[in-house]
Amino acid sequence: MSATESEATQEARRYLEVCNACRYCEGYCAVFPAMTLRREFSTGDMQHLANLCHSCKGCYHSCQYAPPHAFGINLPSSFASIRNESYEQYAWPPALGSVFKRNGTIVSLVAALGIALALILTAAIQDPGVLYGAHAGPGAFYKVIPWWLMVTLAGGSLGFSVLALTVGAVRYWRGTGSKPGPVMAPAAEATVDILTLRNLGGGGHGCNDTDEGFSTHRRWSHQALMYGFLLCFASTSVATIYDHFLHLEAPYAFLSIPVQLGTWGGALMLLGVIGLTWVKLVTDPVPVAKHLAGGEFALLALLFLVSATGLLLLAIRHTGAMGVLLAIHLGLVLALFITLPYSKMVHGLYRGLALYRAAREKRTMVAAAAD
Amino acid sequence: MPDLSQVFDVLVVGGGNAALCAAISARKLGATVVVAEHAPKSMRGGNSRHTRNLRALHPGPTDVLTEKYLEEEYWDDLLRVTKGKTDEHLARTCIRASQHAPGFLKECGVVFQPSLSGTLSLSRTNAFFLGGGKALVNALYRTAERLGVLILYDTEVQHLEVEDGFFKEAIVSYRGFPHRIRAKSVVASAGGFQANRAWMREYWGDAADNFQIRGTPYAQGTVLKDMLAGGVQQVGDPTQFHAVCNDARSPMEDGGLAMRLDCTPFSIVVNKNVERFYDEGEDTWPKRYAIWGRLIAQQPDQRAFAITDSKAVMNYLPSVFPPMRANSIRELAGMFGLDADKLEKVVADYNAAVQPGTFNGQELDGCRTQGLEPPKSNWARKIDTPPFIGHPMMPGITFTFLGVKVSDKARVIMADGKPAANIFASGEIMAGNILGQGYLAGFGMTIGTVFGRLAGEEAARNVRN
Repeated sequence: MSATESEATQEARRYLEVCNACRYCEGYCAVFPAMTLRREFSTGDMQHLANLCHSCKGCYHSCQYAPPHAFGINLPSSFASIRNESYEQYAWPPALGSVFKRNGTIVSLVAALGIALALILTAAIQDPGVLYGAHAGPGAFYKVIPWWLMVTLAGGSLGFSVLALTVGAVRYWRGTGSKPGPVMAPAAEATVDILTLRNLGGGGHGCNDTDEGFSTHRRWSHQALMYGFLLCFASTSVATIYDHFLHLEAPYAFLSIPVQLGTWGGALMLLGVIGLTWVKLVTDPVPVAKHLAGGEFALLALLFLVSATGLLLLAIRHTGAMGVLLAIHLGLVLALFITLPYSKMVHGLYRGLALYRAAREKRTMVAAAAD
Repeated sequence: MPDLSQVFDVLVVGGGNAALCAAISARKLGATVVVAEHAPKSMRGGNSRHTRNLRALHPGPTDVLTEKYLEEEYWDDLLRVTKGKTDEHLARTCIRASQHAPGFLKECGVVFQPSLSGTLSLSRTNAFFLGGGKALVNALYRTAERLGVLILYDTEVQHLEVEDGFFKEAIVSYRGFPHRIRAKSVVASAGGFQANRAWMREYWGDAADNFQIRGTPYAQGTVLKDMLAGGVQQVGDPTQFHAVCNDARSPMEDGGLAMRLDCTPFSIVVNKNVERFYDEGEDTWPKRYAIWGRLIAQQPDQRAFAITDSKAVMNYLPSVFPPMRANSIRELAGMFGLDADKLEKVVADYNAAVQPGTFNGQELDGCRTQGLEPPKSNWARKIDTPPFIGHPMMPGITFTFLGVKVSDKARVIMADGKPAANIFASGEIMAGNILGQGYLAGFGMTIGTVFGRLAGEEAARNVRN
């Protein structure tokens, strides 16, 4: 409990003191079993619990103390704020943490700059005849954007992001005060939690996505987005193998593995983005952190554009529009790679660590109340 | 603006579990139904908003209940807590029908918790609502609205126009404006009068000012008083209520369950004159928590103070407001404004009386005092390990026992013993028929669900005939 603790942290701690005596929500998600292991909540504990929260809003809509009750308990909103503060605090390099203060603007700017950079570089390097010409056969893409440039930009940005995420993970793990414990079983449990989004299941009937009724829109939309993203990542990985080891140059045939993975992945991402955006637009505005909406919508828009331009590229890759669209698509991908550690995308990392820690504490800590 | 000039088949007065079960049941039989809920939407649901479970008979394990809980055991439990102050026929009707209560609620969208790690170890006898009572209330309202029940919030029923046991119309304040609601039948599910301090003062005098009302502030008893004045037969002792020991610093209304203190079995409890007044370790807490509210209500200024030490902190659920902590009993006494010499002596006498034993917070451990009056029969450990811990206590009133008499079909009985023509009741307003005193955890919601269904169905059938 440092003096510099945020208002959201102090407010959420006040909530948890009520929650820990009430415990009606114990059946909802991983937050409440983790809460009952404690009597007091350090700043690190608050960050851990906040990152464990999936914003399902079940606890808010079932809360006998929710506003307008005097206690005014609203965990999902405060936890969202605390999560964002933890992204800021643990970002690396630390100077870049402040991007989370105005994340919507930053992500949008990076996306715009990514497109601009790709277009400028392409135009500067390539002859207009090449850029606007129709290309076909192996190496068609590299005729527009040279292989070395693509690899330098994509590899460089992704490599840096992976480094930043890794350092961020270590900083988060230490900063939130995680203690030693078993590794394998909690890691397996956390992996299953992530792959199934168990905490957005509400025990099968779903979450309070939009109001006090239950639905699974958010869970399925997030699954579509996450698995779509993973398929696209797999597509790129397979393509890299094709290129480097099998010496097969893109573009590949429609029925080839990379194109199939990318097509289905892109379609799933589009579905997921649309679903999540819809939920965000119509949801009850109280149990959310409104000041974070900008960053969330900016990331959804970026993901939408990445997948939409990717699919469009497939459709028109034989025409003269391919060159410009390829540049735009790669510019957006570049922006996504760069903002991985500096946008809402980072939630996956801290959520994963929080789930791992919760699964571990379940095995090492004893519930605070004996009864 | 809904059309309030129409004649509804059924008017349901109140907006908690009993009211909604009645409204849904009547609507399912084809009746046109209007629900008049005094609270605004955000505070709807009466005391049901603060509940957590209901007690249900079950001949074998179900998805939400373990082992079995049969009629005779259920009846014995009820008999024990009411000390015979019950109506066996109504009680058994309720107990038998309770078997189908969880299924009915599930059909209405209520989700139950598969099993429980929680507070009172009731998973054999009681089915727990996932998320608690407000989640149940949300589900019931959604179901009622989906079926076409008209819900009026901010609608206080002030008077039921009754002539010779025949209900004609209700005088209401709908969003602050006077209206009349006409209906062919009425179901009164408007709760008790515990939040009506002026009425409580009639029996308890100034002490009533120190009663914290655990639940909804809308339990004013307006409809109950109106019905009793209008010739309906009364049941239950008006001075009786269900109460627990609350944190003295709780809000005076609507503090709900989390204000309850569970530290008593692991403490000694003194009043403001620094005297112990009851055996804190008489029995397990689930069997004793409901008597402590009344015990404290009978102490001077309705105040009590639980005194324990750091050894006990992890034995009970944490309190919302942090306890007083002090390095000496004297310092703790100062924090509470108690006579320090006296408190030191009470603790010293208690410590001297504690007999050796093996402490076990989970069961009756026989760790007791010798030669102390009143004794502490279990969980007696010396209070000697600083920091010393103190919890200030006040009574928290859950509900009152005064009610209207009903038949086994939830039909209201008039003072002359004749059944009313078209008036029914369910929930706390008639719970006194079955609960003359005492309480069984989760039984209020059982009565509400069982008699709510009965009242709704009978009211709908009444219209058809």
